[in-house]
Amino acid sequence: MTPKRISGIKFEVLSPQEIRRMSVAKIFTPETYSDDGYPIESGLMDPRLGVVDPGLRCRTCGGKAGECPGHFGHIELAAPVIHVGYAKLIARLLNGTCRECGRILLKDERRDKYISQIEKLKELGQNYDEIVKEVFRVTKAVKKCPHCGADQIEVKFEKPTFYYEGDHKLTPKDVRERLEKIPDEDLPAFGIDPKACRPEWFVLTVLPVPPVTVRPSIILETGQRSEDDLTHKLVDIIRINQRFLENKEAGAPQLILEDLWELLQYHVTTYLDNEVSGIPPARHRSGRPLKTLAQRLKGKEGRFRGSLSGKRVNFSARTVISPDPNLSINEVGVPKVIAEELTVPIYVTPNNIEEAREYILRTEHPKANYVIRPDGRRIRVIDANREELAEKLEPGWIVERQLKDGDIVLFNRQPSLHRMSIMAHYVRVLPYKTFRLNPAVCPPYNADFDGDEMNLHVPQSIEAQAEAKILMAVQEHILSPRFGGPIIGGIHDHISGLYLLTRGEKLFSKEEVMELIRPINVEKIPEPKYDGKWTGKQIFSMILPDITLEFKAEICQGCEKCEGENCPHDAYVVIRNGELIKGTIDEKAVGAFKGIIIDEIVRKYGTEEAKKFIDNMTQLAIRAIMFFGFTVGIDDEDIPKEAREQIEEIMNEAEKKVEELIEAYKAGNLEPMPGRSLEETLEMKIMQVLGKARDQAGKIASQYLGMDNAAVIMAVSGARGSMLNLTQMAACIGQQSVRGERIRRGYAYSNRTLPHFKPGDLGARARGFVRSSYKRGLTPVEFFFHAVGGREGLVDTAVRTSQSGYLQRRLINALQDLKVEYDGTVREQTSGIIVQFKYGEDGVDPMKSFRGRGVDVKRIIKEVLAEKEG
Amino acid sequence: MYEEIFKDYPLPEELKKEIVEELERRKVDKKTAKKIIEKCYEVYMKNLMEPGEAAGIVAAQSIGEPGTQMTMRTFHYAGVAEINVTLGLPRLIEILDVRKNPSTPMMTIRLLPEYAKDREKAREVANRIEATTVNDVADIATDLRNMRIIVTPDPKALEKKDLKFADVLKKVEKSVKEEVFEEDGKIIIQIKEPSYKKLMDTFDKVRKLVIAGIKEIKRVIIRKEGDEYVLYTEGSNLKKVMKVKGVDFTRTITNNIYEIYEVLGIEAARNAVINEALATLEEQGLEVDVRHIMLVADAMTADGELKQIGRHGVAGEKQSILARAAFEMTVNNLLEASVRGEVDKLNGITENIIVGQPIKLGTGDVELVLKLGGSK
Repeated sequence: MTPKRISGIKFEVLSPQEIRRMSVAKIFTPETYSDDGYPIESGLMDPRLGVVDPGLRCRTCGGKAGECPGHFGHIELAAPVIHVGYAKLIARLLNGTCRECGRILLKDERRDKYISQIEKLKELGQNYDEIVKEVFRVTKAVKKCPHCGADQIEVKFEKPTFYYEGDHKLTPKDVRERLEKIPDEDLPAFGIDPKACRPEWFVLTVLPVPPVTVRPSIILETGQRSEDDLTHKLVDIIRINQRFLENKEAGAPQLILEDLWELLQYHVTTYLDNEVSGIPPARHRSGRPLKTLAQRLKGKEGRFRGSLSGKRVNFSARTVISPDPNLSINEVGVPKVIAEELTVPIYVTPNNIEEAREYILRTEHPKANYVIRPDGRRIRVIDANREELAEKLEPGWIVERQLKDGDIVLFNRQPSLHRMSIMAHYVRVLPYKTFRLNPAVCPPYNADFDGDEMNLHVPQSIEAQAEAKILMAVQEHILSPRFGGPIIGGIHDHISGLYLLTRGEKLFSKEEVMELIRPINVEKIPEPKYDGKWTGKQIFSMILPDITLEFKAEICQGCEKCEGENCPHDAYVVIRNGELIKGTIDEKAVGAFKGIIIDEIVRKYGTEEAKKFIDNMTQLAIRAIMFFGFTVGIDDEDIPKEAREQIEEIMNEAEKKVEELIEAYKAGNLEPMPGRSLEETLEMKIMQVLGKARDQAGKIASQYLGMDNAAVIMAVSGARGSMLNLTQMAACIGQQSVRGERIRRGYAYSNRTLPHFKPGDLGARARGFVRSSYKRGLTPVEFFFHAVGGREGLVDTAVRTSQSGYLQRRLINALQDLKVEYDGTVREQTSGIIVQFKYGEDGVDPMKSFRGRGVDVKRIIKEVLAEKEG
Repeated sequence: MYEEIFKDYPLPEELKKEIVEELERRKVDKKTAKKIIEKCYEVYMKNLMEPGEAAGIVAAQSIGEPGTQMTMRTFHYAGVAEINVTLGLPRLIEILDVRKNPSTPMMTIRLLPEYAKDREKAREVANRIEATTVNDVADIATDLRNMRIIVTPDPKALEKKDLKFADVLKKVEKSVKEEVFEEDGKIIIQIKEPSYKKLMDTFDKVRKLVIAGIKEIKRVIIRKEGDEYVLYTEGSNLKKVMKVKGVDFTRTITNNIYEIYEVLGIEAARNAVINEALATLEEQGLEVDVRHIMLVADAMTADGELKQIGRHGVAGEKQSILARAAFEMTVNNLLEASVRGEVDKLNGITENIIVGQPIKLGTGDVELVLKLGGSK
């Protein structure tokens, strides 16, 4: 059975007749409820408009609250008023048509030419705004009607809803009369479809009253009723409307009537849109501006973006996340309390009725929470009715059983910037109260464990579950569609661990090997390389599938002449037939974003194998790092005295050089760089000198730190941190900057950064150079400059997130309707425009590409040639 | 020699070229070549995009997601240290917004062979391009008592710019509506009307008067790249620079995409969008597949007009009313649609989400039919 589809929605303007026809009640009493708490007839809460209070029945359709969708009423306006949304269009129409005969101010031939142009564009599905704009421009300039010869006076439009013809003010009634005269035949030239609307309908004579279901009143704790903003506004309108009527009947002076008319206009305007420029917004008694019709639709929390494009859901959970390396990457640890609340439906059939019955009868964890009868009644399973329900159970019922191990769920972390932000995991019900996930899946979610929370959703239909398993499972997203490389892989300790394990030829006894591979299912243990001892490389090889690879590791120093296999740094990785022969495993091999080995396994053996590899790799790495022990402390940044002295000397020299530069500048001996002013040249030169000094100091420090330093290991293997971070800790922090320049603003207007310096001091220290190291500590002045630099970073991040968020929203909105068709073209679905004749010019899926290239030609040739020879 | 094998394996041209190159380099015999090509074709077919794939959304995410990792810092240098160029997120936004006046327009001008090798000749071209104002080559003073402006050209500066005294005089005469005459190597401008304001206005005008070069181009820097001299400019005017003698306009580019669109047309604009966006992302060290950027560029240029990503472009000209209303300017879009009697055909994504129907993408684009009796 295919579900019914809505084929289209047409938009038109409501005519007064239509408003009256769809109305079930004429509303003219400003009161809502009577003293005894019942809604007043012909008031705004008229029972014919529908019901919201439980227990009562709708007087129109007889439905109870929840069943009755509500019905419109109407208010007969005592005097016509302008609809604000169309005020501008009315002004244009008044100027575009004759004030006497109402015809368009164009000769018929010209009008028809414009109309046919518009028709053509409409047919092509293109924008015809420009032509309509031109018609309005041309007609406005016409001084004499080409049809009746009447002279035209320009109508001045004053926001929001006033029109002046010279000094004479046009009442909405005058406006309406003029609009009535415009013939249907002229309307298409103004971009108006005469079948959809008549211009005089832009001047309201009847106002529809939305059903109470649209504006339910809430009952406060005190028992008082609090009405919706719309109801408040409608009360205002009715009150003024009635006053106007009474005054008119009583024959009140024109002046008073006009004032009332304007007041009515104000209330109707703010009822439609309370953010119109030019008039003060209508306010609640508390002073808060009312949320009227336009405000309900608009913006992020409005009807369109907040309620229609995004919806709230059931069967979801949210809690803090924490790591658990014992889980597979496609699992998620779910706290038992959550598992007991979330349910998966079982559609009872003759085949599974016994299974379903068992769940109903169970009293512990994976039990049934609810059963749903074919009539839609949802019954909670409790001790009292358990037996009875199990007895009554029949095919056609639905049993909602609690979440248990092996169920598929969607896991998500905001901001959901790419599709890897929502992936499907298998459930593992665990004690305690956090979601648990393997740290290797942190990169796609961009998650860490400093208090991050994540959401979990339980797919309810079989189709959804199947799609989740096949398309959304974590292993299906190991390769990123952004660049065709792995986005899931080892992080932090995984990399340090494997680095320690595989670097050089470390030897392990049998017991040690067993300890390391204990959690891993290794089928065959190779012969030990050296007399009863295995090397670290051999151990890593145990988890490798049969692959052959050669690449330079992250630790590669970029020597001038690459020695290849005989790399003195053990940085050239050689894997032959699933055996690591040479090289060290580091970020380049197994890291997220880089991991060449992971990439290779996905392509050669598929996602399932890759998942297993990542599971094993992380397990092994953690065992390895625990075996060796790994810690970083403050004494890791200790450098010997002679190094400190050298650094001190470099710093002094640099500061001296800066002084010399300043002297040269002051003496006028500084040669400006092409196209730069003298000041800019000086700044650039100083920055250069100080930057170089920092680098030199860093170099000295790193010489003394050595390759067995834990922090250095992390930096070079790519596990965490960089050498720059290290040198800042050990040697010198360097120049602090704001907007890429040295810090120059600061203390009052005296041209200095702080009162510690003389005005105009351009020296290194006075402009934010920090020569201390983090370890040694900063002087108060340095600390201040460091805070200045740090603040820029914070502001930067805050501004960036909002800007890039908006960019992303625009991109998604612009491109969401593009789809690859069966013929390989990319088309826009609403207009059918072909955007690309072949996706990406070659039709290759970026996710399946080899970092951009559709086919790895060199590899294939190598393979085929090797096959031929061997 | 491998051409005929490809008949059975229709691969894209680029790929074909790459394969042939590799085969020729290794001098592979025909039989093996066939095997290789067959294998390549097999891999290629396997790596094709699946029908129904939401290519647009993937592209948007692939460009939007790294946006969060980009720097905000506006100024930096790209290759040429002397010229500031907007980079990072602000530049990416600028490109996708199709700003008519980017914050840092810049050109890379390559020269014809006879000019490219010689520094002096390159300088000559640079002089023709770089805007030279009177202020650059002369001292300007005001003589309040006589209501005069005295321009004293500096012969050295003139020579450096390859200009003559007469050039300056002619330009000044042409643009100033006052009396201009020469007096012992000086240009005297006599203000007719005794008004201080007039004097100062003319003074400013003369100072900024461009006597040679192109107004928009504020600075030209000559750099040697490989064995040729290349000009980098601050400011851009593609149309005028292309006409300058000595400029090889086939290899001259600007970073102002709108200018490329106006001068060279839509296809050039598409390539410019791709190149600029890719360069911006690459400079930040972010890896994004070209295909995503191509798709964005194609969406922006598909109907022959360069449209921005956003309310005044691609997203704002959507056929669907609901999609437009859900993006920006909700109320106006609805009011306008009702006047025009527009119909939303509910073909797109947002519309169907709004009315609660399955969308026609991916698994929503296909239907399943159950074969009764199972498969045999």
